[in-house]
Amino acid sequence: MAITLKLNGKTHTVNAEPGTPLLWVIRDELKLTGTKFGCGVASCGACTVHMNGEPVRSCQTYIEDVEDAEITTIEVMEEDKIGAAVQQAWLELDVVQCGYCQSGQIMNAVGLLRENAKPSVEEIDEYMYGNACRCATYQRIRAGVQRAAEILEA
Amino acid sequence: MTTTMSRRGFLKSAATTTAFLYVGASAQGAAAAAGSADAMLTPFVKIDSDGNIFAIVKHFEKGQGPATGLTSLIAEELGVTMDQIGYEFAPSNPALYANTFFGGFQGTGGSTAMANSFMQYRQAGANAREMLIKAAAAEWGVDAGALDIQEGMVTGAGKSAPLGDFVAGAAEFAPSENPRLREPSEWKIIGNPATRRKDSPIKVNGKAQFAMDLHLPNQMVAMIARPESRGGVVVSFDDTDAQTIKGFIMAQTLPNNAGVVVYAEDTWAAIQARDMLSVEWDMSGAEARSSQEIRDEILTALNAAPTYNVNKADQAAVKAAVDGAAQVVEKTFYFPLLAHAPMEPLNCTIEQTAEGKIVLHDGCQAPTGPHMAYQQIFGLPAEMIEINTMLAGGSFGRRATPDADYQVEAALAFIMTDRSRPVKLVWTREDDIRGGYYRPAAGHKVRIGLDESGKIVGWDHHVAAQSIMKGTPFEAMAVQEGIDHSSVEGTADGPYMIPSMSLGLTDTQKATSLLWWRSVGHTHTAYVMEVMMDMAAKAAGKDPVAFRLEYLQGEKDQARKAGVLKLAAEKGNWGNPAPGNVQGIAVHKSFGSYVAEVVEISGNLDDGIRIEKVTAAVDCGIAVNPDVIKAQIEGGIGYGIGHAMRDQITLADGAVEQYNFPDYEPLRISDIQAIETHIVASTEAPTGIGEPGTPPSAPALANAIAQLDLRVAELPMTENGVYFA
Ligand code: FES
Ligand code: FES
Repeated sequence: MAITLKLNGKTHTVNAEPGTPLLWVIRDELKLTGTKFGCGVASCGACTVHMNGEPVRSCQTYIEDVEDAEITTIEVMEEDKIGAAVQQAWLELDVVQCGYCQSGQIMNAVGLLRENAKPSVEEIDEYMYGNACRCATYQRIRAGVQRAAEILEA
Repeated sequence: MTTTMSRRGFLKSAATTTAFLYVGASAQGAAAAAGSADAMLTPFVKIDSDGNIFAIVKHFEKGQGPATGLTSLIAEELGVTMDQIGYEFAPSNPALYANTFFGGFQGTGGSTAMANSFMQYRQAGANAREMLIKAAAAEWGVDAGALDIQEGMVTGAGKSAPLGDFVAGAAEFAPSENPRLREPSEWKIIGNPATRRKDSPIKVNGKAQFAMDLHLPNQMVAMIARPESRGGVVVSFDDTDAQTIKGFIMAQTLPNNAGVVVYAEDTWAAIQARDMLSVEWDMSGAEARSSQEIRDEILTALNAAPTYNVNKADQAAVKAAVDGAAQVVEKTFYFPLLAHAPMEPLNCTIEQTAEGKIVLHDGCQAPTGPHMAYQQIFGLPAEMIEINTMLAGGSFGRRATPDADYQVEAALAFIMTDRSRPVKLVWTREDDIRGGYYRPAAGHKVRIGLDESGKIVGWDHHVAAQSIMKGTPFEAMAVQEGIDHSSVEGTADGPYMIPSMSLGLTDTQKATSLLWWRSVGHTHTAYVMEVMMDMAAKAAGKDPVAFRLEYLQGEKDQARKAGVLKLAAEKGNWGNPAPGNVQGIAVHKSFGSYVAEVVEISGNLDDGIRIEKVTAAVDCGIAVNPDVIKAQIEGGIGYGIGHAMRDQITLADGAVEQYNFPDYEPLRISDIQAIETHIVASTEAPTGIGEPGTPPSAPALANAIAQLDLRVAELPMTENGVYFA
C-alpha cells in the first residue's frame, strides 16, 4: 500500500505493507544506507533514527505508525546544530573504528544532548546503554558526547 | 614559496595528461613502474590524471586502521600531508598484493597488516618521490640531489612546483630496489599522535559504504534457511506460505543441500519469506552434542595423559619436580565456544558483467580464498573474477574462513539463477550468532611446584582443545607433528623463562564449526598463564609484578615484556588502588607485541562489582599511528572483557541456544568506566596491534576479582559466581 513518509524534510510516497519496519523502507526503498541493520530486535541501536526529534529504533518502528511524523536520519545531521557538534566531536576524537554502529551512536547522542545539554557520565552511560559497539569504542563515545556538549556551550 | 596547498593544486599540468603513475615493489622484490594502467606492475601509489594521489591499500578496513596506517607510510615517504592523499582498496591480485607473511596469499589476519607492509609501503612511497624528483630535475636542469618533496611540492635549487606537474615525466623512470627512506628524525606523520583516521569523515555522516549498503540495479536479496544444528541437510521444502509474501521471488535448495535459499526483491521480503518456509531436514549427520558433553570430554581428557608432548619435555621429570615441591599450586580451567558477532552481519553481493566476469562485492578479509573458490565454482580463470573490497563492519576473524563460507554460499545461490540479476546474500543477526565458526572450547590443567623460597621448580601444563586448523587447507602449514600451534600459542612460546616446564596437548572432538577469534589461542592461553602466575605469586607470598619479573630476566624478549609490565604497574598505580577498590594485573605477548594491563574494580561479590579503570601499556615496536594503536588497545580490552564477563555459545542436542544480542549480550558503555593506554617508545619494527590488547584483559580482571576471594577458572564470569553491578 502507498504510505506518505516525511523524511529529512521531504515527503516521499512509499509502497510498503503494514508491519514493514521503517528501517527497511529507509534502507531498501529510499536507499539511504547510513541507517544500519544490526540486530532487528531493538537491542543494538544501529538503526536509530529520529522521530519528531527523538531517537527511535527503526527496526521496531512500523511504517504505518510514522505517517504523521517527521523522520530524520544521519544523512542530514550536519544540518542540525547538535548533530554537527556531535560529528565534529567524533572527528576530533576519532571515535569510530569499523564505523558500522556509529550512525546509531550519533543519532542517539544527539537525542541525549537535545534533552540534556550537559549530561554527567552516569547520564551518558544510561542514555547510551542500548547502543552496542562491537569494536568497543565506548570510551571515546563517552568523551565525544562530553566534547560535543562543550562545543555547543561555546 | 607556497608550502601548503589544496589537493586541487596538484591538478595543474597533470590534468593535461592521461598518465597514471603506479609505483611499488613487486612480490619478487624487483621494483617496477609503468606509465599507464595497462603496464602497471605493483601499484601501491596511484596518481590519477587529475593529479589526485591515492595509496592502494591491500588490507581490508574493519576498523583496525590500515586505511590510515598504510596511507601514512606512503604520505610520509612521498612527502605529502594526510589531507593531500586518499586511499583505495586493492583488487584481488595476490601476485601484487599478497600478505608478505602469508606466502602468496592475499589477506588480512594475525595482526599483520602494518608489520608486513611497513617496508613495502615505505619503499613504494620513496620510489614515487624519487621518480618525481628525477622528472623535476630533468625538466629544470638541476641536480636531483638538491630536490625534495614536502607537503606535495617538489622543492630545491631555488625552484618549487606541485608534484602533479611531474607525473608524466616520472613514469619514464624506473623505481630502484633501494630508494632512500626518510630517516625517523624526518618523520612528520609516522609516530604523530595528531594524525587522524582517514575513514572517520565518511563514518560520521552515513556516507561510508559497507557491503551491506550496496544496492545494485535489479538485485535480488538471498537469505538461507539453515538447519537447527550444523550438518543437517535438506530433504524437501514447502514454500506455499512464503509465496504470499509480497516481493518473494523463489526458493531453491542449495546444491550441497546445506540449506534452502529464499530469493526476494528486498531484505524485508526475504526475512519474512524465509520465516514462512517449511523445510524437512535429515539430521542424521548433524551435530548432536550438548555443551555439557563437550565440557565433560575436555575435562576428562585433562585427567588423562596428553596426546602430544608439545615442548618435548621430560614429562616424568617435571611431574616429579612438582610432586616433590614444598608447595603445589593447581587449577583446572574451562573456556566455552564464542561467536564473533561483528556489528555488520555477514553479507556479500555477486554479479556477472556483460563480458562474463564474476564480480564479488564484499568486506573481504582474505580475497585469495573466495577468488580460488570461485574459479572452481564458476569454472573461470582467475582474471575473469573480480573482488571489490568494501568497508567491513567489524570481523574479529569471522570474515576469513578456510572454506570462504559465506562467499561460497552466495556463489551457490547465484549459480542457481539465470545470472541476469545480481544476488546479495544477507545474514541476519540470528544467522550470525547461530551459524557456527566459533572460538573453540578449550580446557587447561596446570600444576606448579614452588620451593621453600617461593621459586617455581616445575610447571606441568596440559591443554585439551578443539583444533582450528586440522581438517582445513591450512593444516599442512599450521600443524606440525600433530600439534596445532593455535591450540597452545601463548603457552608454548611465551617469554617467561620457566624452569622445568612440560606442555602437553590433547585434541578433543570439534564442536559444530570452529574458527580463529580475535587473538586465537591466546584467548585462553593468556588467561591460564596469567591467572596461574597470580596464584603462584600469592602462594609464594610475593607481589604479582615482582614475581613475574623474576621470570623475565633475559634480554630483549623478556626485557620488552618486563618493560610493559612495569609501565602498566607504574601508570596504573599498582598497589595503590582508590579506597575500597582492588586491582589485578596481567601481561602477555601475542602477534609480536607486548601488552600489560591493570584492572581496578570497585564493589564486592554480594552487591556486584564494577570495572573502574583499565590501564594498559603496549610495546608494538614503532608506533606508526599512536592514536589508532590506543583505539585498538581500547577495543581489544573491551572485546576480551565483554565476552569473559557474560558470553558463551551453548549447544543443546547440537542446536545453538543463543539467538541474538539479548542472549549474547555485547559489552555495553557502562561496563568499563575508563581505559588509559601508554605506548612504549621503540625503534623496533612494527608488530601487531589489532589483537594483542585482548589476551591480558580477561585474566587481569580475573586477578582483580581474586582479591575478593573468588578465583574464576571457568568462563563466562557471570555463570561462575560473579555479579557485575
Ligand atoms: S537493528 Fe534496530 S536495534 Fe539493532
Ligand atoms: S565502531 Fe565498530 S561496532 Fe562500533
